Amino acid sequence: MAKISEKKPNKNQARRQNIYMDYGAATHVDPRVLKSLSRFPSEFFGNTMSLHSFGRKAKAKLEESREILADLINAEPREIIFTGSATESNNLALKGIASANRQKGGHIIISPIEHSCVKESAGWLEGQGFEISRLKVDEYGLVDPREVKKLIRKDTILVSVMHANNEIGTIEPIEEIGKICRNKGVYFHTDAAQSLGKIPIDVKKMNIDLLTGSSQKMYGPKGAACLFVRKGIKINPILHGGGQEFGLRPATVNVPAVYGFAKAGLFCGKEMRKESEKLRKLRDKLIKGIKAKISGAFLNGHPQKRLPNNINFRFEFIEGEALIAKLDIKGIAASTGSACSSEKLQPSHVLLAIGLAPQKAHGSLRLTLGRWTTDKEVNYVLEVLPEIIKELREISPFKK
Amino acid sequence: MPNNFYTKKVMNHFKKPHNYGRLEKADGVGTVGNAVCGDVMRLYIKIGLDKKKQEVIKDIKFETFGCVAAIASSSAITDLAKGKTLKSALKISKAGIADSLGGLPPVKMHCSLLASDALAEAAYDYLFSNKKEIPSDLEAKHKQISKDRKRTEKKYKDWMEEQKKIMDKN
Repeated sequence: MAKISEKKPNKNQARRQNIYMDYGAATHVDPRVLKSLSRFPSEFFGNTMSLHSFGRKAKAKLEESREILADLINAEPREIIFTGSATESNNLALKGIASANRQKGGHIIISPIEHSCVKESAGWLEGQGFEISRLKVDEYGLVDPREVKKLIRKDTILVSVMHANNEIGTIEPIEEIGKICRNKGVYFHTDAAQSLGKIPIDVKKMNIDLLTGSSQKMYGPKGAACLFVRKGIKINPILHGGGQEFGLRPATVNVPAVYGFAKAGLFCGKEMRKESEKLRKLRDKLIKGIKAKISGAFLNGHPQKRLPNNINFRFEFIEGEALIAKLDIKGIAASTGSACSSEKLQPSHVLLAIGLAPQKAHGSLRLTLGRWTTDKEVNYVLEVLPEIIKELREISPFKK
Repeated sequence: MPNNFYTKKVMNHFKKPHNYGRLEKADGVGTVGNAVCGDVMRLYIKIGLDKKKQEVIKDIKFETFGCVAAIASSSAITDLAKGKTLKSALKISKAGIADSLGGLPPVKMHCSLLASDALAEAAYDYLFSNKKEIPSDLEAKHKQISKDRKRTEKKYKDWMEEQKKIMDKN
């Protein structure tokens, strides 16, 4: 982390670095968060359901966490449900709303670029007899709120559109979609796993009924996530057991992870403005540099309405898995939407949804920056990436 | 991914591919795969005669668009085929290529198949254009590859045309 930027490159080793640019996949735990967790094994290990002092101590930490995260999104503490992962939160949102509102109707609307946990949950509900409508997106991955309005019917119970896309970083017009849903009396869920802690979220102002947040995407530990459920929303649990988390998520609460999540949220909230400003500058430098230095490079996602830390490019005549492997050899960690990198050998559904033909989706590269990304690292990537693209094109039958 | 997904041999071929580039005045050229699926492999062969007057692959080069496994398989087959008689080179199987790489992940085995197909196509091109006798199994393989190609072309017509234009320009 911090060490990376301090390390002086040895002349002989100048080619091998250790640069992490995959913060969209997972983040380091902030050392300040780690420090705050040091007393947990001995002091706050109790079960939050226990009545004795150990239980009460753990419970106090849990409630403190709830308050911190509620503050981050302008919600009430009672509206925050802790879960084990963003995948679980999204499953709870879709399946929990579907099962509790079946009497009203069985129609759900989602965007075509949702994370697979929303996409697959919707697909599963489809198999259970619910009807799923999938919105269209434009070439930047933007949902048109007018289409949401058009698709809402009398039997629509839920609209789920993510706040910011995990691959291409596009930020959706959540506030407008939320307003439409509120006016129509339809619940609105947004998956904010990629955006929480990075850009401002106000669930009241944005008319959000349900919101998913993830600890491990914002410098907290893995194993903690949340679902904001606005007061008065009709929702059923998908797990059954004890009465934890207001009956919505029965299981002994993982208090250390949850508290780490909250602490991470506290720092994100405090430092958001400064941090996003810094990341935006680095992001734009990378985008500009890649465009200037590499021919046949096209930015995926919206040029302005995008996460401050997301860069996603498509390179002509480049296959993504080979590109990631070459970058890895040079010490740069990144990701791709190429089919060859996936188990199913299918290109990313997000890239296909924005209109890229399969052969074009193979050459995508995602760089996601984070708290410890430095200008030096950005320069290194700008130096190495053009060479790698050249090498790969050199052995390709498509070379010009 | 590359460190535990692929063997060291695969990564070595990928890092420093052998025999890549175009072979001018090749006696046979074989192109297989398509960019929609993410792999296009082209092999060039130069044929000579050995002391027994048998046809030998004197030189071989590849050009590949594709993933780590596709590039490594291309590089590996050039090593395996170089210097061999055409007859014995055509016996190089996808398993033989994968073995020479210390194994390939199951999901990537089709890359080694692509390499052996490319060599078969290059051999076919050489035999056909020199009006030589084509062994029946090579003829059958060629037919199968052409059939597969036509099926893909039908499926992705527009892109294939674009791809052909780019390749023809080169």
